[in-house]
Parts: sequence; C-alpha cells; structure tokens
Amino acid sequence: MSRVVVVGAGPAGLAAAWAAASVGASVLLVDSGVAVGGQYRRQSGLRAARTPVHPLIEWLPETSVWAVESMAGGHRVRLQTGAADSPGRTMSTVDTDALVIATGAYDRVLPFPGWDLPGVYTAGAAQALAKGQGVSVGRRVVVGGTGPFLLPVARSLVEVGAGVAEVLEANGIGGSWGWRRDPLGALGKVGELAGYGVMLARRRVPVRFGAAVVAAHGESRVEAVTVARLDAGWRVVAGSERVVEVDAVCLGFGFTAQLELAVSAGCRIEDGAVVVDPAQRTSVAGVFAAGEVTGIAGAGPAAAEGTVAGYAAAARVGRTVAVPRDAVRTVRAGRRFGRALAAAYPVRSGWRDWVSADTVVCRCEEVRMSDLCAAVAQGALGMRAVKLVSRAGLGLCQGRICGRIVGELTGTPFTQNRPIAVPVRLRDLAAVEDEEEN
Amino acid sequence: MSAIWVEVDGVRVAAMSGQTVAGVLLGLGRTSWRSTRRDGRPRGVFCGIGVCFDCLVLVNGVPDVRACQRRVADGDVVRVQCGAELPGEC
Ligand SMILES: Cc1cc2nc3c(=O)[nH]c(=O)nc-3n(C[C@H](O)[C@H](O)[C@H](O)COP(=O)(O)OP(=O)(O)OC[C@H]3O[C@@H](n4cnc5c(N)ncnc54)[C@H](O)[C@@H]3O)c2cc1C
Ligand code: FES
Repeated sequence: MSRVVVVGAGPAGLAAAWAAASVGASVLLVDSGVAVGGQYRRQSGLRAARTPVHPLIEWLPETSVWAVESMAGGHRVRLQTGAADSPGRTMSTVDTDALVIATGAYDRVLPFPGWDLPGVYTAGAAQALAKGQGVSVGRRVVVGGTGPFLLPVARSLVEVGAGVAEVLEANGIGGSWGWRRDPLGALGKVGELAGYGVMLARRRVPVRFGAAVVAAHGESRVEAVTVARLDAGWRVVAGSERVVEVDAVCLGFGFTAQLELAVSAGCRIEDGAVVVDPAQRTSVAGVFAAGEVTGIAGAGPAAAEGTVAGYAAAARVGRTVAVPRDAVRTVRAGRRFGRALAAAYPVRSGWRDWVSADTVVCRCEEVRMSDLCAAVAQGALGMRAVKLVSRAGLGLCQGRICGRIVGELTGTPFTQNRPIAVPVRLRDLAAVEDEEEN
Repeated sequence: MSAIWVEVDGVRVAAMSGQTVAGVLLGLGRTSWRSTRRDGRPRGVFCGIGVCFDCLVLVNGVPDVRACQRRVADGDVVRVQCGAELPGEC
C-alpha cells in the first residue's frame, strides 16, 4: 500500500515518478508503451529504449491499467502486461494509497464526408508514425485543424520525407495568434513556433488561416480533398472550395483527455478535465492527476504538474517533502497558458455544416448522420437512448473518437464512463475471476 | 536493431525489431488492411496511438490486434482482417 503507483510515463508521469523517488518513496511506474516518454518525448521504436534508472522506481513497460477500484484506505489497480492485444498476458493487481493518474490525451477530430477513408489520419498519428517508426503517412499531405500542434506535425512530416502541400488553421489569423501577446509567450513557445514558421516558409509550405479540409475523396483511399475558406463561425464560405490532390490528410482540433481511469476512481471532472487542487490532488483522497488529463497546455507544464503530484503522493505515503516552488510556479503559468490556448484556438460550431446526411459519424459502428437524425426523430433523448437507438459510441473505441462529435450533433453530452479502460480479452478476464474466487 | 522476418498476407517480408505492425504495413505501401463489419469499407491507421481501433489486423491467427500498438516479432504471421472475425476464420 505504501508504494506510489504512477500510470502513464509521459512527461507528467515520469516527472511524478522521479519526484516521489527523489524523496525516498518507492514507485511503480506503468505504461502501455514499451518505452517511457509518452506522446511528446516519444522514443523511436527502432532504437534501444531508454528506461528510467532509479533504485526506487520499478518500471513496468507494456502494461495497461484496465481498471481502478476503490477499496478500504486506497485503490486497487488492475494491470495487464504483455504484447499489445495478445491473449494470455499476465494479469496482476497492486493496491496503493497514492495513485497518480497521468494518462495524457489524444487528438480531437471533426467529421466530414470521406473522413473515414484510409489516408485520413489524426495529426498525432502522423507524428507518432514519424517519430516512433520513421515512416511518413503519405507523399503529399495536407495538415489541417486548429492549434499550434499542427506546426510540429508538419515539421515531422517534412523530416521523414513527405511533401506538405498546405497547413490549414481553421481559426483566423487575428484570433489564433492573439495568445502571442499574452504574457505567457513566457513559456518560450513563441520562439519554437517561429522556428517552425521559418522551416515551413523555407520549404514554401503555405500556412493558411481560416481554412479547412471539408471533404475527402477517393474510392478505397484518399486521392484528393476539398479545401474551403471558413467564416469566423467555421461555416464554409460559398464558392471558396477547391480540390487539392493529396494521398494523406492529417487532422487535429485540439485534444481530448484520456479520462477513463479518473472517472473509474470517482474523480470530479469538469469541462472534460480532472479537477485538481494546487497539490494536484483530485476530489478523491489518495488519487492525484497530472499532465494533459487536467487540461491541455503542452509538455512543459505537464512535467511540472507531474513533479508537484509526485511530491504530494510521496507525502501521502509518509515522506517528508518541501513545496516544489519552481514547479508550482510553472504549473500556474501553464494553467494561464492553457486557458489562453483554448481561447485562441476554439472549435466553432460551423463544422456541423460540413457533415452531410450520409457522413459516417461513428467510425466503429458506421453510424451515419442520417441514422443519428432518425434516432433523435424517434424521440431518443439523453446519451444512453441516442447510443442504443443509433448504436453510435457502442463500438470498439467506446465512443473515444465519436463521443464529443455525437454529443455536439445531438445536443446530448457524452460522458467517458468506461469501467474497463482498455480492451481485455475475455479469456484473461475469466482468469482474473477464477483467481479471485480461489 | 536487428532484422527479422515476418509474413504479411502470405508473403515473407523483412522487418526491424521495434517496428509496429502498422509501421511494417505502411512501409510496404499499404494504407488499409481491414474491412468494416457493416459496409465492408477499407480501414487502416487513424489515431496511431491505440485509441480508435481502426487498424485491427490478425497476428498469428488472433483477430482484433491493433496494428499501431503491436510490435512485430520474428516469425509473426500478419493477415488482413475481414469484418468481425473469430480466431481461425476467413
Ligand atoms: C499522438 C500525439 C502526439 C503528440 N506530439 C506532440 C509533439 O510533438 N509536441 C508537443 O508539444 N506536443 C505533442 N502532443 C501533445 C502532448 O500530449 C503533450 O505535450 C504531452 O505529451 C503531455 O504529457 P502527459 O504526460 O500529460 O501525457 P502523454 O505524453 O500523453 O503520456 C500519457 C501516457 O499514459 C499512457 N497511458 C494512458 N492510458 C494508460 C493506461 N490505461 N494504462 C497504462 N498506460 C496508459 C500512454 O501510453 C502514454 O504514454 C502530442 C499528443 C498526441 C496525442
Ligand atoms: S490507429 Fe487507432 S488504434 Fe491503431
């Protein structure tokens, strides 16, 4: 019980593990990936993985936490270790007084006709494949969406030899670069972004504001896209559409926090993020959260939150700690930066007009917009009814991709309540139950 | 990292240890390797980080393996997945 358990080895989880270990707490650090680093400091899969070396940190790679349950005085964390999705992985449990949830976030994507064609990727996928696997998702690629993350994605694509046809920022130039005037340019991001700008200009990659991919075309894969100018509410400016030949599209409209473990643990969630106090404590005693699960502000603030959470978790298991003032200051600046970012790169409701009746809105169950409308017309009210009538969100991804989309299209907010956080094969689940009965 | 051999849809191909199944397939120029359950539409990678379940593939006879998450091992047999498959079908 007295061991700190950290889930997620991205910038936040790693910092938490180091902080806790540095004051003498023993730590179990788990991540479903083979290497530490998470999404931002993703290691190349093609080189030997670097691992955290600290005598007090036990590092468990290829280990997914599939459930968190509360129990007397703490939490039971259920783990599964082994090659991704293989049957017969090792199941185990660990009980802890101090659980740090640092599970990060994934790209938010918006639907349009053809977004289910192969060759349409999230921006994060392009980034992960470039950084982790050294492969490019295409030869001629359009990058679109909103937010500063589009620029490093374009750079990674160029680095693995892709031609980037255009970068499309859906928000206008006024709004989206407004945050540069924010005192938080202080986070050093302005220089980084300017660097990407120079790189793209040198390669003559046009960066267009107030524009988006609103349709993808092709038979069995993307062959071209329709790019359109958008008004301030993101509705297509009539007559501005043009067709661009590409073999891949990468989309990112900000991020969605990976909340299932926090939800299972009973943590309070607001506006799609785990609510934490200045010590990164959630609303549940003994559960801490750090990084993108608490809000989106990039890797630096995520790591600072991890440091604070790690110290707080160590204090909970009886270590003496001093307040990490620098980290607390960075967290505070990060919060302001996050708010400025969200204000500068909003997702405007006009995207709903990009969706046509036969556009797939739930990729897993292949539910189309017309099916959703039919469900609502039949009187389906509330998340459960919309799901059961239309089947949207009932597929393998459990609404991770379509939940926000369907929620906004039907006006029914979707929650992230998934008691089993990652897929577990039935055979392995049965093995856990047998073991517990014995 | 060392070179290994895997079989992709019946063809022996060279891969590197540390590559994911998706990395190998994309490297071969493939963009899709699954058909959807309802409409039989082609799918490949979408999210790239294990969230969307679009990239499912059969590895050593086991269906529903996320190609973007699974790393190849020497001798792995990878095959396209047609709709909803049970182990040993198709
Ligand atoms: C695909 C992708 C690429 C990105 N690339 C960049 C970039 O190049 N530059 C940039 O500034 N920002 C990038 N970002 C934004 C990035 O999320 C943050 O800047 C930063 O990585 C956040 O750190 P974190 O520690 O909160 O989360 P992450 O880095 O996302 O780490 C979370 C970790 O938790 C693990 N995890 C999640 N759930 C479980 C579970 N149930 N069991 C076990 N382990 C679990 C994941 O495997 C992951 O390693 C990217 C985001 C995504 C989604
Ligand atoms: S591409 Fe989304 S799970 Fe593999």
